[in-house]
Amino acid sequence: MEKQHIQNIVQSDKPLEEGGFDSLVVQDSDGQNNISLLISGVHCAGCIQKIESRLIANENVKQARLNFSTRRLTIVWDGKTQSVNKFVADIENLGYGVRPYDSDAEESENKAEEKFLLMSLGVAGFAMGNIMLLSVALWITDAQAMGLATRVLIHWIEALIAIPAVMVAGRPFFKSALKALKNGHTNMDVPISLALTLATGMSLFETINKGEHAYFDSAVMLMFFLLIGRYLDFKARLQARSTATDLLSTLSGFAVIVEGEHTKRVPIRDLRENMVVRIASGEKFPVDGIIINGKTSVDTSLVTGEAVPKDVKEGDEVFAGTINLGEMVLVSVSGAADTSLLADIVRLMEKAAQSQALYVRLADKAARFYTPVVHTLAAMAFLGWCFIGGIGWQESLMIAVTVLIITCPCALGLAVPVVQVLATNRLMKNKILVKAGDALERFAIIDSAVFDKTGTLTQGRPVLEGEYDSQKLKLAASLASNSNHPISKALSNAYQGERYALEDFKEKSGQGVSATYQGRLVLLGSRSWCGNNAGAPSEKIELWLAIADEDPYVFYFTDVIKEDAKETIRNLKEKGLSVYLLSGDRQVIADQVAKDCGIENSFGDMTPVQKFDFIEKLKQEGKKVLMVGDGLNDAPVLAGADISMAPGTAIDMAQNAADIIFMGDHLNPVARAYDTSSLSYRLVKQNFALAVFYNLVAIPLALAGMVTPLIAAAAMSGSSLLVIANSFRLRLKK
Amino acid sequence: MSVLVYLIPIALILGFAGLMAFIWSLKSGQYDDMDGAACRILNDEDEKGS
Repeated sequence: MEKQHIQNIVQSDKPLEEGGFDSLVVQDSDGQNNISLLISGVHCAGCIQKIESRLIANENVKQARLNFSTRRLTIVWDGKTQSVNKFVADIENLGYGVRPYDSDAEESENKAEEKFLLMSLGVAGFAMGNIMLLSVALWITDAQAMGLATRVLIHWIEALIAIPAVMVAGRPFFKSALKALKNGHTNMDVPISLALTLATGMSLFETINKGEHAYFDSAVMLMFFLLIGRYLDFKARLQARSTATDLLSTLSGFAVIVEGEHTKRVPIRDLRENMVVRIASGEKFPVDGIIINGKTSVDTSLVTGEAVPKDVKEGDEVFAGTINLGEMVLVSVSGAADTSLLADIVRLMEKAAQSQALYVRLADKAARFYTPVVHTLAAMAFLGWCFIGGIGWQESLMIAVTVLIITCPCALGLAVPVVQVLATNRLMKNKILVKAGDALERFAIIDSAVFDKTGTLTQGRPVLEGEYDSQKLKLAASLASNSNHPISKALSNAYQGERYALEDFKEKSGQGVSATYQGRLVLLGSRSWCGNNAGAPSEKIELWLAIADEDPYVFYFTDVIKEDAKETIRNLKEKGLSVYLLSGDRQVIADQVAKDCGIENSFGDMTPVQKFDFIEKLKQEGKKVLMVGDGLNDAPVLAGADISMAPGTAIDMAQNAADIIFMGDHLNPVARAYDTSSLSYRLVKQNFALAVFYNLVAIPLALAGMVTPLIAAAAMSGSSLLVIANSFRLRLKK
Repeated sequence: MSVLVYLIPIALILGFAGLMAFIWSLKSGQYDDMDGAACRILNDEDEKGS
């Protein structure tokens, strides 16, 4: 490619190319075009209206609907598929970000399952209400008062409601039980399914034989309570999954490539080696590559954790995920998107996510223990009454069924989800967002905490350090306020007063700024920019100021630790956790921060892979590890740790990888989340204890054959209410 | 007791109607975007189609 031509492209003031979205349009059977887009920056009713009415104003658009919960915009229109590029430009002009949305199968599958659960819940609720209405009549009278015919009639009506209801609304349990049995193990759904079918079947048998007791009410009530627990649980898990799919969209944006005389937008995943990509100021490098034209400074904090931007020029290597802070550059792609450093990190994270799937949830652990016990008891009841007790097989079977019904894990099914929902809401009020459904129970059992340095223990931005000449500071701040460089911003923030009026301001990316003040040239920037080439580079971040021919003057910056970092760390240590610090920064700096925060174990110069290995090693030693971090280099570690937290200032990918996100400039949410987790873990265990205690009382009654439908109904709802009431104690504690 | 012959069917039909309404609302996607629905009531006017 000719040099001159490249220069033209780099210097052109044309807006960035639009387009490329038309390749994502789907045509439906009516010949209408459909597209789903992910919109960022939407946060109120006004946003919805602005976007939708802007699109609907276009006469070809048939439908434009923004889902506020999923940030997904669906547009349906007639005519050319290319119109979508105009729609996207319109939305971007309104100030919102648009990303392509891969409407993958898993998403719609989840939606369908949620609807299925809600539908089942509705059916079960309807059936329970109506059957209870009739059952009350049975409970409050006896056979003499009511008469045989009426009782049989009521039983038949109940059967008519209950049997279809169980067949429809019981499917979530039947499906999962069948799946578990096929794979040769059991889960909580096996006893539930068995109890449901046997209770319904035996009650039908009783009804046909004009028997006294039918357990339709118990069966349907059981189903209703369990479905509530199931739905809450599913909601919590869904949240975790939807954030995981977001991760992939980091790689599914667009890049502008230069082909001969033209530039065009192509999806990042279609980038191939040796293509030339143009990256404007403020954009992310989509792939690893070599700079072939221009020079700039690059924010590598996402990849290396280093706070100070790195200067790069022609021939230097740049990495995917870093941000171009300076001028527009052209980069020759040195590998496809899926071989970049970013993709490596994504792969590490997938690996990490798989290893985490091995965690067995508390409720499942309980089920493994519970199921065989209950089934053995029921079988023993049947055999015992039939062969030793000497009563008929129907009656013996009825007793066995009541054992199954009464032990059915109604309370167990609610024990975990209710606490989870309450604890999550409580944390949300403290601006701590829990993403993974089982995050709290995993959090409660940790014994080690690993912290990243920059942005986690520290503020993540340089702050002016020390005392300076006020005249010089004022002049430097006046210069700095015109620049967007992080260090300039820090200097500008450090000075609150008025600024001097400057003339002829210029910025040279990666070096510094210059301006004229009262006819004298003033320079602000790196050591060499200000003409001081002597002396070794300092350990600290520095910024130099040179006024005409005076000697250069230097400002020092440092990354300060969060004000409550020390207290939080002490708090965690008092609870018996061992605390580590891992950093991509130099060992000296890591040690200094560790000392300031009271952490004994600090490790510097860590690459993402080393960090990941460190956590793996801890896990192999049998430790349960909490990871707190915010950078791209922390993302695999966040995904690999037993539980992970990221501050709200972290990059998207770290937030996606973390189980819990906390807002604000403080570190104490870590301690707070740990406290709440421990508390909810205790409550869950108490709930299990309550459920077991209830069974200890109820099982002997059932085994003795003394349980009537009324007792079953009362005991079941009683124990469920008890568990819910206990869970609400979470609200009482401060 | 003969009043039951009317009352039970009436109770069942009403309940069933409620269930059908719920299933209809579910199928037509009214629970897809709970947060958005809360916001939309603040919008003054709906223009064409939306």
